[in-house]
Amino acid sequence: METNKTLANESRLVDENKGLKNKIISIITRWEGMLALIIIGMVIVFSNITPYFLDYFNLMNATFTFMEKAILALPMIFVILSGDIDISVAAIIALSSFAMGFGSSLGLGTAEIIIIGILVGGLAGAFNGLFIIKFGIPPIAVTLASLSLFRGISQAILEDQAFTEYPESFSYFGQGYIKGTLIPFELVFFLILAAGFAYVLHKTTYGRKLYAIGNSSTAARFSGVPVDRIRFTNFVLNGLFAGVVAVLLTSRIGSTRPNIAQGWELEAITLVVLGGVSITGGKGNIVGVILSIFLIGYLKFGMGLINMSAKVMIITTGFLLILAVLLPVMMDAIKKGNKLRFQRKT
Amino acid sequence: MNSIKELLKKREITLILLVIILTAAVNMRAPGFVAGENISRIINDTSILIMVAIGQFFVILTGGIDLSVGSIIAFSGMSASMINQYNPSMPVIYVLLIGTVVGLLLGSINGLLVAFGKVPPIIATLGTMSIYRGFTFVLSKGQWVTAHEMTESYMNLPKGNFLGMSNLIWSALLISALMIYFSRYTRSGREIYAIGGNKTAARFVGVSEKKVNMIIFSISGALCGIAGVMWTSRYAAAVNETATGFELMTVAACVLGGVNIAGGAGAIPGVIVGALFLGIINNALPVVNFSPFYQMLIQGVIVLSAMFINTMMDKRKEKQLLNRRSL
Amino acid sequence: MSEKILELQSITKYFPGIKALDGINLNIKEGEVHALIGENGAGKSTLVKILTGVYTPTSGKIIYNGEELSFKNAIEAQETGITAIHQEASMFPELSVVENIYMGHHLKKNGSLDWKGMRARTRELLHKMEIDLHPDTPVKNLGVAQRHMVEIAKALSIDAKVVIMDEPTSALTLREVEELYKIVRQLKKENKAIIFISHKFEEIQEICDYFTVLRDGKYIGEGVVADTSIDQIVNMMVGRSLDQMFPKAVVNIGETVLEVNGLSKAGSFKDISFQLKRGEILGFFGLVGAGRSEVMRAVFGIDKFDGGSIFLNGIPVDIANPKTAMQKGVAFVPEDRQSQGVILEQSLTRNITLPIIDKISRFGKVSSKVERETTAKFGRMMEIKAAGWHVNAETLSGGNQQKVVLAKWLATEPEILILDEPTKGIDVGTKAAVHEFISEMASKGLAVIMVSSELPEILGMSDRVIVMHEGKKTREFTRAEANSDVIIKAATGHNEETKG
Repeated sequence: METNKTLANESRLVDENKGLKNKIISIITRWEGMLALIIIGMVIVFSNITPYFLDYFNLMNATFTFMEKAILALPMIFVILSGDIDISVAAIIALSSFAMGFGSSLGLGTAEIIIIGILVGGLAGAFNGLFIIKFGIPPIAVTLASLSLFRGISQAILEDQAFTEYPESFSYFGQGYIKGTLIPFELVFFLILAAGFAYVLHKTTYGRKLYAIGNSSTAARFSGVPVDRIRFTNFVLNGLFAGVVAVLLTSRIGSTRPNIAQGWELEAITLVVLGGVSITGGKGNIVGVILSIFLIGYLKFGMGLINMSAKVMIITTGFLLILAVLLPVMMDAIKKGNKLRFQRKT
Repeated sequence: MNSIKELLKKREITLILLVIILTAAVNMRAPGFVAGENISRIINDTSILIMVAIGQFFVILTGGIDLSVGSIIAFSGMSASMINQYNPSMPVIYVLLIGTVVGLLLGSINGLLVAFGKVPPIIATLGTMSIYRGFTFVLSKGQWVTAHEMTESYMNLPKGNFLGMSNLIWSALLISALMIYFSRYTRSGREIYAIGGNKTAARFVGVSEKKVNMIIFSISGALCGIAGVMWTSRYAAAVNETATGFELMTVAACVLGGVNIAGGAGAIPGVIVGALFLGIINNALPVVNFSPFYQMLIQGVIVLSAMFINTMMDKRKEKQLLNRRSL
Repeated sequence: MSEKILELQSITKYFPGIKALDGINLNIKEGEVHALIGENGAGKSTLVKILTGVYTPTSGKIIYNGEELSFKNAIEAQETGITAIHQEASMFPELSVVENIYMGHHLKKNGSLDWKGMRARTRELLHKMEIDLHPDTPVKNLGVAQRHMVEIAKALSIDAKVVIMDEPTSALTLREVEELYKIVRQLKKENKAIIFISHKFEEIQEICDYFTVLRDGKYIGEGVVADTSIDQIVNMMVGRSLDQMFPKAVVNIGETVLEVNGLSKAGSFKDISFQLKRGEILGFFGLVGAGRSEVMRAVFGIDKFDGGSIFLNGIPVDIANPKTAMQKGVAFVPEDRQSQGVILEQSLTRNITLPIIDKISRFGKVSSKVERETTAKFGRMMEIKAAGWHVNAETLSGGNQQKVVLAKWLATEPEILILDEPTKGIDVGTKAAVHEFISEMASKGLAVIMVSSELPEILGMSDRVIVMHEGKKTREFTRAEANSDVIIKAATGHNEETKG
């Protein structure tokens, strides 16, 4: 049993007990630990209910339904870590898909279409950034309005029609597999992107600055961090990758409607927050988000196998989001209660 | 006295002027717009928005936002309609009451999450927005309640003609009056402004943030409940997609009405005029040959422009203030 | 003989991980002005929060008017008759003066709020305090001193029996301070008890009858003000005497490294010009609201300014943001340590390496090894006491947190070091260490600007003193010319034909 007295004189810290039992509890109660446990539990439950769950082919194919949302969640990590929020990403997908469909209808080729899609996404993100950073309007308000604006453009022009003509080669990205394997292109693409984001977040100066801004944007500013530039970049990235997702999604379903990706902003935010990233910013890491991506993705897959309706799944997503934010509060309250009880004993 | 009244007057007078100009302009393009029947329809439509926007106003005042308003309207509307469908003999006033209570309960869940769960309003209402909408589907089993299933008395609820105005308009008026009184002449009402203005200072003088959060979300929920019943009875349909996207309109009404999106400042009369402005625009669209599919886009543009203008005006005011401080 | 109105017995307060108060005793009599003395971190603000019902004590008794009481919340404390006027006016900017005074205890008439009555009472109060203000003015339109007056009016409106004043004169001009004394004396006559928190000994001697000293959360002693010398009180606060506090070395002052010409910013400061030389410590004195921090923030690139120019080593520079300032060798230790200086919820490593993170990384890739080494180097230089470099800054005391801020700026290898209230809220031991550090830096050739509101500090440390008042530079003194009188006169605008 080791007691930590070093700070006692300088800052009146009260002694804390650290033992092996407490160490194990602290690993399990770490967010990522809990997520891993839940995933294991879920796998056990579903594989007992239905033989179709633990099937390699099924598991691979299931990823088609959630890899796009997964990619959407990656840049959202940056946005939420910095203390901001963006609920317009799904609408950016719609706008981007619309632009691609429009380009396709003009006879453009796959490469051009993809470029348009990603570019439009980036521009939309920059649009958000302009209002949020330059004009100083709160992110929730701007993205609430821009979500109407972006999707509204698609709706105004398409009305209740759809773009359905896309070049053949375009369909590879959303539907194709890596040559000679059963591994979907989208899955591999996601894993590469995730690795990239992980590197930036945890090993680069950009990542360091993100965490600083999320914990105290004022102190960060005073320390020479270009807070405005970074926040703006985050929104542009969010838009760009929404464009990328638009490419994948449009490629997968082969058409563009104004209501494409409806509700995906909620999903993206849920994935991030459930992954342990604090909604107030400054805390969280990529491992948790990746775990939550697969947790929710396969949870829905499992629910689908046992024939739960889509509506129930939406309710579940809503619950998970709220739970993800409630849990840290409850855990915190328990920890504080324990500390105070310990203090009273000494 | 003078400085505040001046400022208030400016904002609302400007808006009212805009409303008048807008109406006149539309009328020029499409005569008959200002016809009594049309105006009556516009005000009836806007009455629902006014009710819900007032609820949203209180939440925005504290620096939060209620994204679940559309879903609460849908669920309470569906509940009320189904009750009416399966209990046609129940007096409509009771159905209205039940719908209100349903909304109140849903809103208070939001309140509990924010006040005691310490969940930020954005997240809480983003989550409940989905959950309540999902509940609506589950409750209705995917079915709609249409005019065939509703009783005459239910569908007549928002109608009527007392002193030239329908029940619906009277409801909006009554609610507006009550809420204005609440916001100006009760302690709880002023405490909402306190929390929005300076949370720490509010705590120091004994204002309970928990109490305020419970109040604002419950009020918002209750108003959505009333709106839900009115909505389904006015349009004679309870559909699962009712009021989808309505939250933006309520925020728009507040922003147009001069409510600071970050909290602490704003008043209900402004919200009402803001709602009227939106109501006129929405009704003007088909009249000036804009397809209804343009509604979403135009709303987005209006809200963004209004927020932009608000911000620019605030910055200018601040600069004027600084310049006035003689150096 | 006046009665004891309020007594605290053995008040102890724990927060998770920290013991803020340890067995505090306090005896307050009716009609007495009782000074509560101690550095910040000594526990004064925690004690005030307990008295006003914001916190509940972990153990100990509060005895008010002979009855043992406990307050569940701030309103209960207020209803009992205890109120506090805080240092940072905590107001509702969008609301009127009337409402700021009455929030929490609005007057009612027939069930509704009685605005007419509240307005009338407010007018009365303001008139009694001889303040010329319209009750409906939104508080955001008021200046700092006016807001403070509204705070005082707020306390008076409650008709409290015990009034706690927390550093009430920090933003007031001389005349306003006299007004405050009048109000305090009036309250005394009405048999109210006043708990007066201040670190200005002149004031304590002028207006207070009795005092209690706190240090590090513990009760140290008490006494009659008239019978005790300042040195004795300081000894109790600090454990050492006044002249051991300011070590000033003799330094060779070099060439001009910073020159500011005619700097202006609407609403903050006007026509500020000064020079800074290598090796010197330039003190900036003034009342709160004088504009000193604003000038420094403009020089450091945090805020924009409207007119004037800045020269570094004779070359005109455009400092657009803190990053540019840093690159040009300027460092800034800000006034508000907890929100501007350190990132409380991050480790010491993250804090110390933040400004130079780009410098110590290659192609954007961060090396944990270099991070740790850099932190250790500068952390040790500043003698930061912590369990490890990985602990969060919030676990450190105020003094150590300030050392973290200094360490991180030291790591940027600056030529110019700007310090804004560097010893505010620091225990006296660290205070001396900080002063030593500043002197050492100056002797190594750094050019130092020190903004401070503590007269002893300014007089003790500066080679030259610049005084600001309401956004303008009023006087400049050399070390020889500077003394309390002339500096205070310049700070309160006595040298000009403005309201004195």
